[in-house]
Amino acid sequence: MELQIVWFILIAVLFIGFFFLEGFDYGVGGLLPFLSPDDKDRSQILRTITPVWDGNEVWMITAGGALFASFPHVYSTMFATFYLALFLMLFALILRGVAFEFRGRRESLGWRRFWEGCIAFGSIVPAILWGVAVTDLIRGLPINEKMIYTGGFLDLLSIYSVVGGLAFLFVFLYHGASYLTIRLSDTSLIERARAMGMKMGRLAVIFFVLCMVLTATNTDLYHSALATIALVLAAAVFVAANVMLAKRNGKASFILSSLAIVFTTVAFFAGLFPRIMVSSLNPAYSLTITNASSSPYTLSVMTVVACIFVPIVLIYQIWAYYLFRKRITAQDAEEEY
Amino acid sequence: MEAMFLSRWQFAITTVYHFLFVPVTLGLSVFVALLETCYVRTKKPEWKGACKKLVQFFGALFVINFSMGVVTGIVQEFHFGMNWSEYARFMGDIFGAPLALEALTAFFLESTMLGVWIFGWNRLSEKAHCLTIWLVAIASNLSAFWILVANSFMQHPVGYVLNNGRAEMQDFFALLTNHYVLGEYTHTFFAGWATAGFVVVAVSAWKVLHDEKSRNAFRQPLKGGALFMLIGLLCSAGTGHFHAQYLEQANPMKLAAMEALWEDEDPAPFAVYANINEKTHKNDSELTIPGLFSFMVYNTPNGEVRGMNSLQADYEKQYGNGDYRPDVTGTFWSFRIMVGFAGLMMLLALVTYVLARKEDIHKHSTLLGLIPWLLPIVYIVNSCGWYVAEAGRQPWIVVGLQKTADAVSPNLTGGDVWLTMIGFTVVYLVLAIIALKLAFHFIRKNHVSYEGRN
Repeated sequence: MELQIVWFILIAVLFIGFFFLEGFDYGVGGLLPFLSPDDKDRSQILRTITPVWDGNEVWMITAGGALFASFPHVYSTMFATFYLALFLMLFALILRGVAFEFRGRRESLGWRRFWEGCIAFGSIVPAILWGVAVTDLIRGLPINEKMIYTGGFLDLLSIYSVVGGLAFLFVFLYHGASYLTIRLSDTSLIERARAMGMKMGRLAVIFFVLCMVLTATNTDLYHSALATIALVLAAAVFVAANVMLAKRNGKASFILSSLAIVFTTVAFFAGLFPRIMVSSLNPAYSLTITNASSSPYTLSVMTVVACIFVPIVLIYQIWAYYLFRKRITAQDAEEEY
Repeated sequence: MEAMFLSRWQFAITTVYHFLFVPVTLGLSVFVALLETCYVRTKKPEWKGACKKLVQFFGALFVINFSMGVVTGIVQEFHFGMNWSEYARFMGDIFGAPLALEALTAFFLESTMLGVWIFGWNRLSEKAHCLTIWLVAIASNLSAFWILVANSFMQHPVGYVLNNGRAEMQDFFALLTNHYVLGEYTHTFFAGWATAGFVVVAVSAWKVLHDEKSRNAFRQPLKGGALFMLIGLLCSAGTGHFHAQYLEQANPMKLAAMEALWEDEDPAPFAVYANINEKTHKNDSELTIPGLFSFMVYNTPNGEVRGMNSLQADYEKQYGNGDYRPDVTGTFWSFRIMVGFAGLMMLLALVTYVLARKEDIHKHSTLLGLIPWLLPIVYIVNSCGWYVAEAGRQPWIVVGLQKTADAVSPNLTGGDVWLTMIGFTVVYLVLAIIALKLAFHFIRKNHVSYEGRN
C-alpha cells in the first residue's frame, strides 16, 4: 500500500517536471511565429530552447514509462482511451521534433517559415491536448467494470475539457513568454515577449478561473482540502506572476508561473487521489492506486531504481541549464554548425 | 478482428521504420566518439583541424538521423497502450519496468548530453566535450539494452509468475540475465556498427570520388568506416550464430521455421532453397545440404533437430487447439536474405578496407561509385533480421503466455486504426524523403580539406 502511494507521488512529480519544463518550451514554440517576422530574431528565440527541448520531452516519456511500470492498468486504459487524441499529439510531436533539426539546415525563407509553423503547431496542439486530458481524467470518462473505455473520440470533448485545454495553452504560452524575457538579450525582442506575455497572461487568467469554476460543477476536486488549497494558490501565484511581468521583473514572473504550474499539477493529483482514472459510469469502476498497480515486487524494484536515478538526472539536467545560462545573443543564434 | 489485423500492420510499419534510424544511432554515436577521441589526442596539428571538421561532419549526419529516431521512438512507446492495451495490462509488471528504466537511465542522458555536445563546442574543454559524445554513445547503447530486455521476455519469458491472469515479475535479475537478451543485444549492438560503418563508408566513398577538395580528408573515414563495418559484420555473424544455436532450446519453432524444417530429422539437412507449402505443411521441393543444419546447431554433423509438425503436436497438447507455426515462407526467406547480404557486405567491407589503405584509392572509381548504391542492402538486412525475430514468434505476442489476437485494445474500431495507419505512413514517407534530401544536400555542400599525409 505504501509503495503505491510513493508511486502515485512519483508519477505526480514526473508530471510536474514535464509540465514545468515542456510548459515553457511549448510556450516558446507556440509564440515563435507571432513575436517577430525577422528570421534572425526567430533564430534567437528558438535558440533559447534548442539545446534543452529534447531533454525536457524525456520527462513526458519517463512519465509514460513510469506509469506503465507502476500502474499498468492506467497506462493501458488511458492510452487506448485517448487513441485518436494521442495520434494527433504524436503527429504534432513528430513534426515539432524534426522541425528543430530541419529548420536551420536551409537558407530559404519559405523552408524556415514552414518548419517554424510546424514547431508552433507541434507546441500548441500538445499543450491543448494535455489540458483536455487532465480535465477529462478528473471529470471522469465512461469506463466499464473491465477497465475498458466505452466512449468514442467525441466523448473526450466537453465545455469543461475545452476550457481546460485552452487554460493549459495560455498558461504555457505565458510561461514561454516569461522564459524568453529572462533568456534573450535583445531589448526590443524582450519587450515584445513581455507584451505578448501580458496578453497571454490575461487570457490565461480568464480561462484558468473559468476552469476553476467549472471544476466545481464537473468534478469532486474541491472535496479534497489539499487540492482546493493548491488550486487557489496556483491562481494566486499566477496573478502575482502577471503583476511581476507588468513590473518588468521577468525572473520573478518566471518563478511564479513555474509555481503556478506546480500547484496546478499538485491540485490535479490531490483531487484524483486515490483514483488515477475516474469512471463516470460507476465510482466502483474507477482505476485507483490499489486496483491498477503493479505487484509489490515490481514497485519495490522500481522504487530503488528511481531513488538512484532521479537525483542523478536532476543533477546533470541542472548542469546543462547552468552551462547554457547566458542570455542568447544574435551571435549565438548564428553559430549553427 | 479488423482492428487487430490493422494494428499489427501499423506496428510493423512503424517499428521497421523506427529501426531504420536506430542502428545508425547506435553505431554512429560510437564512431563519432572514437573520431572525436582521435581529434583530442592527435599530436599532428594539420590533422587536428581536419579531424574536428570530420567529427562535425559526421556529427551533423548523426543528429539528423537521431532526430528521426527520437520522434519515431515516442510513437513506439505509446503504441503498447494505444493499440495493445490488453498486452500492456497483462505484461505491464514486467514490460513497463525496462521501458521506464530506458527513459530514466538512457533517454535523459542521451538527449541532455547531445544538446550539450551540439551547442557546447565553445563552452567546454576539449576533453569534457569529448566525454559528452561518449555519454551519448553509452546512453544510446544502454537504451537498446533495456528495450531488448523487454523484447526478450516476449520471446522467452523468465523470472515471472502468473497471478490473477497477469504475468507478475518475480525476479528482476532473471529478466536482465535472460540468455535471450545476451544473444539479441550483442547481435543488435554489432549490427549497429555494421550499419553505421556502411553509412560512413558510403558517404566517404562519394566524397573521395566526387569532391576533390575533400578527397584527402575522407580517405581516413573510408578506411576507418570499412574496418568498423567489418568488425560489426563479423561479430554480429558470430553472435547470430550462437543465438540461433540457443534457439534450439529457447524457441525451437522459430528455429525450425527459419530453416523450413517440417519433420524431426537426425541429422538435419540445411535447405539452400525450399518451395514451401504452408497448406500441406511440407516443402514441395527443396535443395539441401545433408547434415549441415545439425552441424550449425550442434557443431557436429549429426544430432536431432525438431521439426515444426511435431512441435505443433506438442504445443496443441500443451496449449490447446490452434496453429502454432509462424509464417514459414517469410521467416525462411528473410533469414536467407539477411545471411546472404551480410556475406556480400563482408566482402565489400574487406575489399574497401584493403584498397583504402593505398594512396590511389580514388582511382577505383567503379567500386567507389557503386558503394553508395549498395547502402540500402544493410537496411534490408536489418529489417529481415527483425522479421525473423518477430514474425517467428507468432502466433504469440508473449511466447507461451499470450497470443497476439488477445492483446489488441478492445475499444478500437477498424476505422480508428485505418486513420492512424495511413496517417503515420504518409508522415513517415514524407519525412524520410525530406531527411534524405537534407542529408544529401549536407554531404554535397560541406567540404573538409586536409593537406597532410594519411
